[in-house]
Amino acid sequence: MSETRALYEQVILDHNKNPRNFRDMKDATKHVEGFNPLCGDHFTVYVKLDGNTISDVAFKGSGCAISKASASVMTTELKGKTREEAQAVFKRFHLMVTSPVDETVDEDALGKLQVFSGVREYPVRIKCATLAWHALMAALENKQELVTTEEQ
Amino acid sequence: MAVSPKERIAMPVAGRPPLDVERIRQDFPVLRVLQRGRPIAYLDNAATSQKPQQVIDAIYRYYSEQNANVHRGVHYLSQQATDLYEQARSKVAKFVGTTVGCEIVFTRGTTESINLVAHSYGRQHVKSGDEILISHMEHHSNIVPWQMLCEQTGAHLKVIPINDDGELLLDEFEKLLTPRTKIVSIVHVSNALGTINPVKYIVDKAHAAGAVVVVDGAQATPHLPVTVKELGCDFYALSGHKMYGPTGIGVLYGRAELLERMQPFQGGGDMILSVTFEKTTYNHHPFRFEAGTPHIEGAIGLGAAIDYLHAVGIEKIAAHEHDLLEYGTQRLLEVDGLRLIGTARVKAGVLGFTLASAHPHDVGQILDDQGVAVRAGHHCAQPVMQRFGVPATTRASFGMYNTREEIDRMVDGLHEVNRIFG
Repeated sequence: MSETRALYEQVILDHNKNPRNFRDMKDATKHVEGFNPLCGDHFTVYVKLDGNTISDVAFKGSGCAISKASASVMTTELKGKTREEAQAVFKRFHLMVTSPVDETVDEDALGKLQVFSGVREYPVRIKCATLAWHALMAALENKQELVTTEEQ
Repeated sequence: MAVSPKERIAMPVAGRPPLDVERIRQDFPVLRVLQRGRPIAYLDNAATSQKPQQVIDAIYRYYSEQNANVHRGVHYLSQQATDLYEQARSKVAKFVGTTVGCEIVFTRGTTESINLVAHSYGRQHVKSGDEILISHMEHHSNIVPWQMLCEQTGAHLKVIPINDDGELLLDEFEKLLTPRTKIVSIVHVSNALGTINPVKYIVDKAHAAGAVVVVDGAQATPHLPVTVKELGCDFYALSGHKMYGPTGIGVLYGRAELLERMQPFQGGGDMILSVTFEKTTYNHHPFRFEAGTPHIEGAIGLGAAIDYLHAVGIEKIAAHEHDLLEYGTQRLLEVDGLRLIGTARVKAGVLGFTLASAHPHDVGQILDDQGVAVRAGHHCAQPVMQRFGVPATTRASFGMYNTREEIDRMVDGLHEVNRIFG
Protein backbone atom coordinates (compact mmCIF):
# COMPACT_ATOMS: atom_id res chain seq x y z
CA MET A 1 0.00 0.00 0.00
CA SER A 2 3.02 2.29 0.01
CA GLU A 3 2.12 3.91 -3.30
CA THR A 4 -1.43 4.95 -2.56
CA ARG A 5 -0.44 5.86 0.97
CA ALA A 6 1.65 8.60 -0.63
CA LEU A 7 -1.41 9.82 -2.50
CA TYR A 8 -3.98 9.46 0.26
CA GLU A 9 -2.27 11.39 3.05
CA GLN A 10 -4.07 11.47 6.38
CA VAL A 11 -4.93 15.15 5.90
CA ILE A 12 -6.60 14.32 2.58
CA LEU A 13 -8.60 11.47 4.10
CA ASP A 14 -9.68 13.76 6.92
CA HIS A 15 -10.79 16.61 4.64
CA ASN A 16 -12.57 14.10 2.39
CA LYS A 17 -14.51 12.69 5.31
CA ASN A 18 -15.12 16.01 7.06
CA PRO A 19 -14.90 18.68 4.39
CA ARG A 20 -14.57 22.26 5.75
CA ASN A 21 -16.79 25.07 4.49
CA PHE A 22 -18.95 22.46 2.78
CA ARG A 23 -22.12 24.52 2.35
CA ASP A 24 -23.79 26.87 -0.06
CA MET A 25 -23.76 30.61 0.40
CA LYS A 26 -26.89 32.65 -0.19
CA ASP A 27 -25.11 36.02 -0.25
CA ALA A 28 -22.10 34.97 -2.33
CA THR A 29 -20.59 37.63 -4.58
CA LYS A 30 -20.09 34.98 -7.22
CA HIS A 31 -20.37 31.24 -7.63
CA VAL A 32 -18.87 29.04 -10.33
CA GLU A 33 -19.43 25.38 -11.11
CA GLY A 34 -16.46 23.12 -11.69
CA PHE A 35 -17.17 19.97 -13.66
CA ASN A 36 -15.00 17.09 -14.77
CA PRO A 37 -17.08 15.29 -17.39
CA LEU A 38 -14.63 12.38 -17.48
CA CYS A 39 -15.25 11.24 -13.92
CA GLY A 40 -18.31 13.21 -12.91
CA ASP A 41 -16.65 15.34 -10.23
CA HIS A 42 -18.96 18.30 -9.83
CA PHE A 43 -18.59 21.19 -7.39
CA THR A 44 -19.98 24.67 -6.98
CA VAL A 45 -17.54 27.10 -5.39
CA TYR A 46 -18.95 30.23 -3.67
CA VAL A 47 -16.95 33.30 -2.84
CA LYS A 48 -17.84 36.46 -0.95
CA LEU A 49 -15.60 39.46 -1.59
CA ASP A 50 -15.24 42.34 0.78
CA GLY A 51 -13.55 44.85 -1.48
CA ASN A 52 -10.55 42.93 -2.70
CA THR A 53 -10.54 40.46 0.16
CA ILE A 54 -12.08 36.98 0.25
CA SER A 55 -14.23 37.28 3.34
CA ASP A 56 -15.85 33.88 2.85
CA VAL A 57 -15.41 30.89 0.56
CA ALA A 58 -17.35 27.64 0.51
CA PHE A 59 -18.21 24.72 -1.78
CA LYS A 60 -20.85 22.07 -2.40
CA GLY A 61 -21.02 19.05 -4.65
CA SER A 62 -19.56 15.61 -5.06
CA GLY A 63 -16.36 14.11 -6.28
CA CYS A 64 -13.47 11.83 -5.45
CA ALA A 65 -11.41 12.16 -2.29
CA ILE A 66 -8.69 14.15 -4.03
CA SER A 67 -11.05 16.70 -5.55
CA LYS A 68 -13.11 17.08 -2.40
CA ALA A 69 -10.16 17.35 -0.03
CA SER A 70 -8.45 19.79 -2.35
CA ALA A 71 -11.55 21.99 -2.43
CA SER A 72 -11.83 21.80 1.36
CA VAL A 73 -8.17 22.67 2.02
CA MET A 74 -8.45 25.46 -0.53
CA THR A 75 -11.27 27.12 1.38
CA THR A 76 -9.32 27.00 4.66
CA GLU A 77 -6.18 28.37 3.03
CA LEU A 78 -7.72 31.22 1.09
CA LYS A 79 -10.24 32.73 3.46
CA GLY A 80 -9.03 36.21 4.40
CA LYS A 81 -6.61 36.46 1.50
CA THR A 82 -6.79 39.17 -1.14
CA ARG A 83 -7.60 38.31 -4.70
CA GLU A 84 -3.94 38.63 -5.73
CA GLU A 85 -2.71 36.58 -2.78
CA ALA A 86 -5.19 33.81 -3.65
CA GLN A 87 -4.05 33.82 -7.25
CA ALA A 88 -0.44 33.56 -6.12
CA VAL A 89 -1.27 30.59 -3.88
CA PHE A 90 -3.04 28.86 -6.76
CA LYS A 91 -0.02 29.46 -8.98
CA ARG A 92 2.26 27.77 -6.44
CA PHE A 93 -0.19 24.92 -5.94
CA HIS A 94 -0.62 24.36 -9.67
CA LEU A 95 3.13 24.45 -10.21
CA MET A 96 3.61 21.83 -7.50
CA VAL A 97 1.03 19.32 -8.74
CA THR A 98 2.30 19.59 -12.30
CA SER A 99 6.00 19.48 -11.43
CA PRO A 100 8.16 16.38 -12.00
CA VAL A 101 7.86 13.74 -9.29
CA ASP A 102 11.51 14.00 -8.25
CA GLU A 103 11.43 17.78 -7.81
CA THR A 104 11.69 18.98 -4.19
CA VAL A 105 8.57 20.59 -2.84
CA ASP A 106 8.97 24.03 -1.25
CA GLU A 107 7.40 23.15 2.08
CA ASP A 108 7.55 26.67 3.52
CA ALA A 109 5.82 28.27 0.57
CA LEU A 110 3.15 25.60 0.23
CA GLY A 111 2.30 24.84 3.85
CA LYS A 112 -0.61 22.44 4.15
CA LEU A 113 -1.01 22.26 0.38
CA GLN A 114 2.05 20.04 0.12
CA VAL A 115 -0.08 17.03 1.12
CA PHE A 116 -1.23 16.99 -2.49
CA SER A 117 2.27 16.47 -3.87
CA GLY A 118 1.50 12.75 -4.24
CA VAL A 119 -0.82 13.64 -7.11
CA ARG A 120 2.24 14.19 -9.29
CA GLU A 121 2.62 10.42 -9.61
CA TYR A 122 -0.91 10.09 -10.99
CA PRO A 123 -1.31 12.46 -13.93
CA VAL A 124 -5.02 11.68 -14.33
CA ARG A 125 -5.61 12.94 -10.80
CA ILE A 126 -4.14 16.41 -11.38
CA LYS A 127 -7.50 17.49 -12.79
CA CYS A 128 -9.18 16.25 -9.62
CA ALA A 129 -6.80 18.22 -7.43
CA THR A 130 -7.21 21.47 -9.35
CA LEU A 131 -10.92 21.37 -10.22
CA ALA A 132 -12.27 23.54 -7.39
CA TRP A 133 -9.29 25.86 -7.71
CA HIS A 134 -10.04 26.56 -11.34
CA ALA A 135 -13.64 27.29 -10.42
CA LEU A 136 -12.56 29.71 -7.71
CA MET A 137 -10.07 31.45 -9.99
CA ALA A 138 -12.82 31.91 -12.58
CA ALA A 139 -15.03 33.40 -9.85
CA LEU A 140 -12.29 35.80 -8.76
CA GLU A 141 -11.75 36.90 -12.33
CA ASN A 142 -15.50 37.24 -12.71
CA LYS A 143 -15.39 34.86 -15.65
CA GLN A 144 -17.89 32.26 -16.86
CA GLU A 145 -20.19 30.38 -14.51
CA LEU A 146 -18.96 26.92 -15.46
CA VAL A 147 -15.45 25.60 -15.86
CA THR A 148 -14.74 22.10 -17.07
CA THR A 149 -11.50 20.17 -16.94
CA GLU A 150 -11.71 19.53 -20.65
CA GLU A 151 -11.18 23.14 -21.61
CA GLN A 152 -8.08 23.77 -19.58
CA MET B 1 4.32 -20.26 -40.23
CA ALA B 2 2.90 -20.07 -36.75
CA VAL B 3 0.82 -22.87 -35.36
CA SER B 4 -2.88 -22.53 -36.13
CA PRO B 5 -5.12 -21.47 -33.25
CA LYS B 6 -6.82 -24.85 -33.25
CA GLU B 7 -3.55 -26.60 -32.57
CA ARG B 8 -2.53 -24.22 -29.83
CA ILE B 9 -5.64 -24.63 -27.77
CA ALA B 10 -6.45 -27.81 -25.93
CA MET B 11 -9.36 -29.35 -27.79
CA PRO B 12 -12.55 -29.79 -25.80
CA VAL B 13 -13.28 -33.22 -24.43
CA ALA B 14 -16.70 -34.75 -24.93
CA GLY B 15 -19.42 -33.65 -22.53
CA ARG B 16 -19.15 -30.19 -21.03
CA PRO B 17 -15.63 -29.79 -19.73
CA PRO B 18 -14.79 -26.52 -18.06
CA LEU B 19 -12.75 -23.98 -19.91
CA ASP B 20 -9.01 -24.64 -19.55
CA VAL B 21 -8.34 -21.12 -18.31
CA GLU B 22 -4.70 -21.73 -17.41
CA ARG B 23 -4.05 -22.94 -20.94
CA ILE B 24 -5.85 -19.93 -22.40
CA ARG B 25 -3.95 -17.48 -20.20
CA GLN B 26 -0.71 -18.69 -21.74
CA ASP B 27 -1.91 -17.40 -25.10
CA PHE B 28 -2.19 -13.81 -23.81
CA PRO B 29 1.26 -12.21 -23.40
CA VAL B 30 -0.08 -9.15 -21.54
CA LEU B 31 -1.26 -11.38 -18.72
CA ARG B 32 2.39 -12.13 -17.95
CA VAL B 33 3.22 -8.45 -17.39
CA LEU B 34 4.06 -7.77 -13.77
CA GLN B 35 2.89 -4.68 -11.90
CA ARG B 36 5.01 -4.28 -8.78
CA GLY B 37 5.99 -7.90 -8.90
CA ARG B 38 2.58 -9.46 -9.44
CA PRO B 39 0.52 -10.21 -12.51
CA ILE B 40 -2.21 -7.74 -13.39
CA ALA B 41 -5.76 -8.90 -12.70
CA TYR B 42 -7.28 -7.45 -15.86
CA LEU B 43 -10.97 -6.88 -15.16
CA ASP B 44 -11.59 -4.13 -17.71
CA ASN B 45 -12.67 -6.27 -20.66
CA ALA B 46 -15.75 -4.20 -21.44
CA ALA B 47 -13.38 -1.33 -22.26
CA THR B 48 -11.13 -3.51 -24.38
CA SER B 49 -9.97 -7.10 -24.30
CA GLN B 50 -6.40 -8.35 -24.36
CA LYS B 51 -5.10 -10.03 -27.51
CA PRO B 52 -3.96 -13.64 -27.87
CA GLN B 53 -0.62 -14.42 -29.48
CA GLN B 54 -2.51 -15.86 -32.47
CA VAL B 55 -3.94 -12.42 -33.29
CA ILE B 56 -0.61 -10.71 -32.78
CA ASP B 57 1.05 -13.35 -34.99
CA ALA B 58 -1.50 -12.87 -37.77
CA ILE B 59 -0.81 -9.13 -37.86
CA TYR B 60 2.95 -9.74 -37.69
CA ARG B 61 2.73 -12.29 -40.49
CA TYR B 62 0.67 -9.94 -42.63
CA TYR B 63 3.26 -7.16 -42.42
CA SER B 64 6.23 -9.55 -42.67
CA GLU B 65 5.03 -11.68 -45.57
CA GLN B 66 1.77 -10.52 -47.12
CA ASN B 67 1.46 -6.73 -47.12
CA ALA B 68 0.05 -4.96 -50.18
CA ASN B 69 -3.02 -2.90 -50.99
CA VAL B 70 -6.24 -4.75 -51.65
CA HIS B 71 -8.69 -4.88 -54.54
CA ARG B 72 -6.45 -3.25 -57.11
CA GLY B 73 -3.14 -4.96 -57.73
CA VAL B 74 -2.40 -7.54 -60.38
CA HIS B 75 0.67 -8.67 -58.49
CA TYR B 76 1.13 -11.64 -56.19
CA LEU B 77 1.18 -9.78 -52.88
CA SER B 78 -1.88 -7.73 -53.67
CA GLN B 79 -3.80 -10.88 -54.56
CA GLN B 80 -2.63 -12.46 -51.33
CA ALA B 81 -3.65 -9.44 -49.23
CA THR B 82 -7.03 -9.25 -51.00
CA ASP B 83 -7.67 -12.94 -50.35
CA LEU B 84 -6.83 -12.56 -46.66
CA TYR B 85 -9.00 -9.47 -46.32
CA GLU B 86 -11.96 -11.14 -48.01
CA GLN B 87 -11.40 -14.35 -46.04
CA ALA B 88 -11.68 -12.22 -42.91
CA ARG B 89 -15.03 -10.93 -44.19
CA SER B 90 -16.23 -14.50 -44.70
CA LYS B 91 -15.12 -15.42 -41.18
CA VAL B 92 -17.08 -12.49 -39.76
CA ALA B 93 -20.13 -13.46 -41.82
CA LYS B 94 -20.06 -17.01 -40.49
CA PHE B 95 -19.37 -15.77 -36.95
CA VAL B 96 -22.47 -13.56 -36.83
CA GLY B 97 -24.58 -16.12 -38.58
CA THR B 98 -25.07 -15.03 -42.17
CA THR B 99 -23.96 -16.89 -45.26
CA VAL B 100 -23.84 -13.71 -47.32
CA GLY B 101 -20.40 -12.10 -47.28
CA CYS B 102 -21.61 -8.90 -48.92
CA GLU B 103 -23.74 -8.21 -45.84
CA ILE B 104 -20.55 -7.55 -43.88
CA VAL B 105 -19.12 -4.00 -44.04
CA PHE B 106 -15.80 -3.31 -42.36
CA THR B 107 -15.77 -0.10 -40.32
CA ARG B 108 -13.57 1.44 -37.64
CA GLY B 109 -15.75 0.05 -34.88
CA THR B 110 -19.25 -0.07 -33.46
CA THR B 111 -19.42 3.72 -33.27
CA GLU B 112 -18.69 4.12 -36.96
CA SER B 113 -21.08 1.30 -37.82
CA ILE B 114 -23.94 3.07 -36.05
CA ASN B 115 -22.98 6.38 -37.59
CA LEU B 116 -23.00 4.73 -41.00
CA VAL B 117 -26.58 3.53 -40.52
CA ALA B 118 -27.70 6.90 -39.14
CA HIS B 119 -26.05 8.73 -42.02
CA SER B 120 -26.87 6.48 -44.94
CA TYR B 121 -30.09 4.70 -44.01
CA GLY B 122 -31.32 7.41 -41.66
CA ARG B 123 -31.07 10.37 -44.00
CA GLN B 124 -32.77 8.43 -46.76
CA HIS B 125 -35.68 7.12 -44.73
CA VAL B 126 -36.25 9.35 -41.72
CA LYS B 127 -38.34 12.47 -42.16
CA SER B 128 -39.62 15.30 -40.03
CA GLY B 129 -42.08 14.05 -37.42
CA ASP B 130 -40.74 10.46 -37.55
CA GLU B 131 -39.49 8.82 -34.39
CA ILE B 132 -36.34 6.95 -33.47
CA LEU B 133 -36.48 4.69 -30.46
CA ILE B 134 -33.49 3.92 -28.25
CA SER B 135 -33.26 2.84 -24.60
CA HIS B 136 -32.14 4.43 -21.36
CA MET B 137 -29.18 2.04 -21.13
CA GLU B 138 -27.46 3.03 -24.36
CA HIS B 139 -23.79 3.87 -24.72
CA HIS B 140 -23.23 7.40 -26.00
CA SER B 141 -22.37 5.88 -29.39
CA ASN B 142 -25.97 4.71 -29.70
CA ILE B 143 -27.42 8.04 -28.58
CA VAL B 144 -25.47 10.83 -30.22
CA PRO B 145 -25.65 9.66 -33.87
CA TRP B 146 -29.46 9.52 -33.55
CA GLN B 147 -29.63 12.94 -31.91
CA MET B 148 -27.63 14.28 -34.84
CA LEU B 149 -29.98 12.59 -37.29
CA CYS B 150 -32.98 14.06 -35.45
CA GLU B 151 -31.45 17.52 -35.65
CA GLN B 152 -30.89 17.12 -39.37
CA THR B 153 -34.30 15.67 -40.20
CA GLY B 154 -36.69 17.04 -37.60
CA ALA B 155 -37.38 13.54 -36.26
CA HIS B 156 -37.85 12.88 -32.54
CA LEU B 157 -35.80 10.67 -30.25
CA LYS B 158 -37.80 8.50 -27.85
CA VAL B 159 -36.33 6.56 -24.96
CA ILE B 160 -37.45 3.18 -23.60
CA PRO B 161 -37.25 3.41 -19.79
CA ILE B 162 -35.57 0.80 -17.57
CA ASN B 163 -36.40 -0.52 -14.11
CA ASP B 164 -34.27 -0.43 -10.96
CA ASP B 165 -32.56 -3.68 -11.92
CA GLY B 166 -31.51 -2.21 -15.25
CA GLU B 167 -34.01 -4.14 -17.39
CA LEU B 168 -36.00 -2.67 -20.26
CA LEU B 169 -39.64 -1.93 -19.52
CA LEU B 170 -41.06 -3.89 -22.42
CA ASP B 171 -44.64 -2.68 -21.86
CA GLU B 172 -43.39 0.87 -22.22
CA PHE B 173 -41.44 -0.13 -25.31
CA GLU B 174 -44.61 -1.41 -26.95
CA LYS B 175 -46.44 1.79 -26.05
CA LEU B 176 -43.66 3.88 -27.57
CA LEU B 177 -43.77 1.90 -30.78
CA THR B 178 -46.02 3.74 -33.25
CA PRO B 179 -46.42 4.00 -37.02
CA ARG B 180 -44.08 7.02 -36.75
CA THR B 181 -41.26 4.83 -35.41
CA LYS B 182 -38.79 4.35 -38.25
CA ILE B 183 -35.75 2.99 -36.41
CA VAL B 184 -35.32 1.11 -33.15
CA SER B 185 -31.68 1.05 -32.05
CA ILE B 186 -30.92 -1.05 -29.04
CA VAL B 187 -27.91 -2.40 -27.20
CA HIS B 188 -27.61 -6.19 -27.07
CA VAL B 189 -25.54 -6.27 -23.85
CA SER B 190 -25.25 -3.11 -21.74
CA ASN B 191 -21.66 -2.07 -21.08
CA ALA B 192 -22.54 -0.33 -17.82
CA LEU B 193 -25.16 -2.72 -16.42
CA GLY B 194 -24.44 -6.07 -18.04
CA THR B 195 -28.09 -6.52 -18.98
CA ILE B 196 -28.69 -8.87 -21.91
CA ASN B 197 -31.68 -7.51 -23.82
CA PRO B 198 -34.33 -9.68 -25.49
CA VAL B 199 -33.33 -8.62 -28.98
CA LYS B 200 -35.48 -11.11 -30.87
CA TYR B 201 -38.60 -9.99 -29.00
CA ILE B 202 -37.77 -6.35 -29.73
CA VAL B 203 -37.12 -7.09 -33.40
CA ASP B 204 -40.44 -8.92 -33.81
CA LYS B 205 -42.42 -6.08 -32.23
CA ALA B 206 -40.54 -3.39 -34.13
CA HIS B 207 -40.96 -5.15 -37.46
CA ALA B 208 -44.66 -5.55 -36.83
CA ALA B 209 -44.78 -1.77 -36.40
CA GLY B 210 -42.81 -1.24 -39.61
CA ALA B 211 -39.52 -0.09 -38.05
CA VAL B 212 -36.04 -1.39 -38.78
CA VAL B 213 -33.84 -2.53 -35.89
CA VAL B 214 -30.20 -1.64 -35.31
CA VAL B 215 -28.38 -3.64 -32.63
CA ASP B 216 -25.27 -2.41 -30.83
CA GLY B 217 -23.48 -5.71 -30.30
CA ALA B 218 -20.13 -4.39 -29.06
CA GLN B 219 -20.46 -6.12 -25.68
CA ALA B 220 -22.28 -9.20 -26.97
CA THR B 221 -20.04 -10.83 -29.55
CA PRO B 222 -17.12 -11.59 -27.18
CA HIS B 223 -19.42 -13.24 -24.66
CA LEU B 224 -22.37 -15.00 -26.26
CA PRO B 225 -23.28 -16.73 -29.50
CA VAL B 226 -24.86 -14.25 -31.92
CA THR B 227 -26.85 -15.29 -34.99
CA VAL B 228 -28.23 -12.29 -36.82
CA LYS B 229 -30.56 -14.37 -38.96
CA GLU B 230 -32.18 -15.80 -35.83
CA LEU B 231 -32.39 -12.39 -34.15
CA GLY B 232 -33.90 -11.06 -37.34
CA CYS B 233 -32.35 -7.62 -36.87
CA ASP B 234 -31.69 -5.36 -39.84
CA PHE B 235 -28.30 -4.06 -38.73
CA TYR B 236 -25.82 -5.36 -36.18
CA ALA B 237 -22.70 -3.43 -35.13
CA LEU B 238 -19.60 -4.81 -33.44
CA SER B 239 -16.02 -3.87 -32.54
CA GLY B 240 -12.95 -6.04 -33.07
CA HIS B 241 -11.05 -4.88 -30.02
CA LYS B 242 -13.74 -5.98 -27.56
CA MET B 243 -13.55 -9.54 -28.90
CA TYR B 244 -9.80 -10.16 -28.65
CA GLY B 245 -9.04 -8.54 -32.00
CA PRO B 246 -7.26 -5.30 -32.88
CA THR B 247 -8.51 -1.75 -32.34
CA GLY B 248 -9.67 0.32 -35.29
CA ILE B 249 -11.65 -2.46 -36.94
CA GLY B 250 -15.35 -3.04 -36.59
CA VAL B 251 -18.22 -4.47 -38.52
CA LEU B 252 -21.63 -3.47 -39.68
CA TYR B 253 -23.86 -6.35 -40.65
CA GLY B 254 -26.74 -5.13 -42.76
CA ARG B 255 -29.46 -7.06 -44.55
CA ALA B 256 -28.48 -7.18 -48.22
CA GLU B 257 -31.74 -5.72 -49.48
CA LEU B 258 -31.28 -2.67 -47.23
CA LEU B 259 -27.56 -2.17 -47.98
CA GLU B 260 -28.33 -2.44 -51.68
CA ARG B 261 -30.50 0.64 -51.60
CA MET B 262 -28.42 2.72 -49.22
CA GLN B 263 -26.42 5.74 -50.31
CA PRO B 264 -22.65 5.76 -49.59
CA PHE B 265 -21.32 6.91 -46.23
CA GLN B 266 -18.04 8.41 -47.39
CA GLY B 267 -16.70 9.04 -50.86
CA GLY B 268 -13.31 8.01 -52.20
CA GLY B 269 -11.40 5.13 -53.72
CA ASP B 270 -12.62 1.54 -53.58
CA MET B 271 -16.26 2.61 -53.22
CA ILE B 272 -16.67 3.46 -56.91
CA LEU B 273 -17.00 1.56 -60.17
CA SER B 274 -16.15 4.49 -62.42
CA VAL B 275 -15.42 8.17 -61.98
CA THR B 276 -15.57 11.00 -64.46
CA PHE B 277 -15.95 14.66 -63.62
CA GLU B 278 -19.50 14.45 -64.89
CA LYS B 279 -20.66 11.30 -63.13
CA THR B 280 -19.51 8.69 -60.66
CA THR B 281 -20.97 5.21 -60.44
CA TYR B 282 -20.81 3.72 -56.99
CA ASN B 283 -19.56 0.25 -56.30
CA HIS B 284 -22.01 -2.33 -54.95
CA HIS B 285 -22.17 -3.18 -51.26
CA PRO B 286 -20.23 -3.80 -49.09
CA PHE B 287 -17.49 -1.94 -51.01
CA ARG B 288 -19.74 1.09 -51.48
CA PHE B 289 -19.36 1.66 -47.73
CA GLU B 290 -15.61 1.09 -47.54
CA ALA B 291 -14.07 4.21 -49.06
CA GLY B 292 -10.30 4.38 -49.11
CA THR B 293 -7.69 1.76 -48.28
CA PRO B 294 -9.27 -0.27 -45.51
CA HIS B 295 -7.78 -1.38 -42.21
CA ILE B 296 -6.40 -4.55 -43.80
CA GLU B 297 -4.28 -5.62 -40.85
CA GLY B 298 -7.26 -5.01 -38.58
CA ALA B 299 -9.59 -7.19 -40.64
CA ILE B 300 -7.01 -9.99 -40.74
CA GLY B 301 -6.46 -9.67 -36.99
CA LEU B 302 -10.20 -9.79 -36.40
CA GLY B 303 -10.37 -12.92 -38.54
CA ALA B 304 -7.69 -14.49 -36.33
CA ALA B 305 -9.63 -13.47 -33.21
CA ILE B 306 -12.73 -15.18 -34.60
CA ASP B 307 -10.69 -18.33 -35.30
CA TYR B 308 -9.54 -18.17 -31.70
CA LEU B 309 -13.08 -17.74 -30.34
CA HIS B 310 -14.27 -20.67 -32.44
CA ALA B 311 -11.41 -22.86 -31.26
CA VAL B 312 -12.11 -22.11 -27.59
CA GLY B 313 -15.86 -22.27 -28.07
CA ILE B 314 -18.13 -19.29 -27.45
CA GLU B 315 -20.60 -21.41 -25.44
CA LYS B 316 -17.82 -22.50 -23.12
CA ILE B 317 -16.67 -18.90 -22.75
CA ALA B 318 -20.22 -17.83 -21.91
CA ALA B 319 -20.51 -20.57 -19.29
CA HIS B 320 -17.17 -19.67 -17.72
CA GLU B 321 -18.00 -15.98 -17.58
CA HIS B 322 -21.39 -16.78 -16.09
CA ASP B 323 -19.64 -18.67 -13.31
CA LEU B 324 -17.41 -15.63 -12.71
CA LEU B 325 -20.48 -13.38 -12.67
CA GLU B 326 -22.23 -15.51 -10.06
CA TYR B 327 -19.13 -15.89 -7.94
CA GLY B 328 -18.26 -12.19 -8.27
CA THR B 329 -21.79 -11.08 -7.39
CA GLN B 330 -21.73 -13.22 -4.27
CA ARG B 331 -18.30 -12.00 -3.20
CA LEU B 332 -19.08 -8.33 -3.84
CA LEU B 333 -22.18 -8.49 -1.68
CA GLU B 334 -19.91 -9.35 1.27
CA VAL B 335 -18.34 -5.90 1.05
CA ASP B 336 -19.75 -3.29 3.44
CA GLY B 337 -21.59 -0.42 1.79
CA LEU B 338 -21.48 -1.94 -1.69
CA ARG B 339 -24.40 -1.32 -4.03
CA LEU B 340 -24.61 -3.23 -7.29
CA ILE B 341 -25.73 -1.12 -10.23
CA GLY B 342 -27.26 -3.51 -12.73
CA THR B 343 -29.01 -6.57 -11.31
CA ALA B 344 -30.93 -7.81 -14.33
CA ARG B 345 -32.06 -11.43 -14.29
CA VAL B 346 -30.31 -12.08 -17.61
CA LYS B 347 -26.82 -10.64 -17.41
CA ALA B 348 -23.37 -10.90 -18.94
CA GLY B 349 -20.11 -10.70 -16.97
CA VAL B 350 -20.26 -7.05 -15.95
CA LEU B 351 -20.31 -5.93 -12.30
CA GLY B 352 -20.89 -2.21 -11.80
CA PHE B 353 -21.07 -0.95 -8.25
CA THR B 354 -20.63 1.93 -5.85
CA LEU B 355 -19.15 1.93 -2.36
CA ALA B 356 -20.57 4.09 0.40
CA SER B 357 -17.12 4.92 1.71
CA ALA B 358 -15.36 6.09 -1.44
CA HIS B 359 -15.81 7.59 -4.88
CA PRO B 360 -15.29 5.19 -7.81
CA HIS B 361 -12.17 7.08 -8.82
CA ASP B 362 -10.60 6.41 -5.43
CA VAL B 363 -11.77 2.80 -5.50
CA GLY B 364 -10.13 2.35 -8.90
CA GLN B 365 -6.92 3.92 -7.63
CA ILE B 366 -6.64 1.65 -4.60
CA LEU B 367 -7.43 -1.41 -6.72
CA ASP B 368 -4.77 -0.35 -9.21
CA ASP B 369 -2.31 -0.28 -6.37
CA GLN B 370 -3.17 -3.95 -5.81
CA GLY B 371 -2.64 -4.71 -9.47
CA VAL B 372 -6.36 -4.99 -10.19
CA ALA B 373 -7.44 -3.14 -13.34
CA VAL B 374 -11.06 -1.95 -13.31
CA ARG B 375 -12.84 1.00 -14.88
CA ALA B 376 -14.10 3.94 -12.86
CA GLY B 377 -16.36 6.53 -14.41
CA HIS B 378 -19.61 6.88 -16.30
CA HIS B 379 -18.65 4.29 -18.95
CA CYS B 380 -19.87 6.54 -21.76
CA ALA B 381 -23.39 5.94 -20.47
CA GLN B 382 -24.19 9.12 -18.55
CA PRO B 383 -27.99 8.60 -18.77
CA VAL B 384 -27.52 5.26 -16.97
CA MET B 385 -25.65 7.04 -14.17
CA GLN B 386 -28.42 9.66 -13.97
CA ARG B 387 -31.07 6.91 -13.86
CA PHE B 388 -29.39 5.34 -10.82
CA GLY B 389 -28.54 8.68 -9.21
CA VAL B 390 -24.78 8.12 -9.12
CA PRO B 391 -22.04 10.25 -10.68
CA ALA B 392 -20.04 7.19 -11.66
CA THR B 393 -19.50 3.53 -10.87
CA THR B 394 -16.60 1.16 -10.51
CA ARG B 395 -16.91 -1.63 -13.04
CA ALA B 396 -15.34 -5.06 -13.24
CA SER B 397 -15.95 -6.84 -16.54
CA PHE B 398 -14.83 -10.36 -17.34
CA GLY B 399 -13.20 -12.09 -20.24
CA MET B 400 -12.45 -15.71 -21.01
CA TYR B 401 -9.07 -15.60 -19.20
CA ASN B 402 -10.30 -14.28 -15.85
CA THR B 403 -10.33 -16.40 -12.72
CA ARG B 404 -12.07 -16.56 -9.36
CA GLU B 405 -8.73 -15.78 -7.77
CA GLU B 406 -8.65 -12.42 -9.59
CA ILE B 407 -12.10 -11.64 -8.22
CA ASP B 408 -10.79 -12.49 -4.74
CA ARG B 409 -7.98 -9.98 -5.26
CA MET B 410 -10.52 -7.32 -6.19
CA VAL B 411 -12.63 -8.06 -3.13
CA ASP B 412 -9.55 -7.89 -0.87
CA GLY B 413 -8.83 -4.51 -2.43
CA LEU B 414 -12.36 -3.30 -1.72
CA HIS B 415 -12.00 -4.24 1.95
CA GLU B 416 -8.79 -2.19 1.90
CA VAL B 417 -10.74 0.76 0.42
CA ASN B 418 -13.21 0.52 3.28
CA ARG B 419 -10.34 0.39 5.77
CA ILE B 420 -8.72 3.53 4.33
CA PHE B 421 -11.85 5.60 3.74
CA GLY B 422 -14.23 4.13 6.29
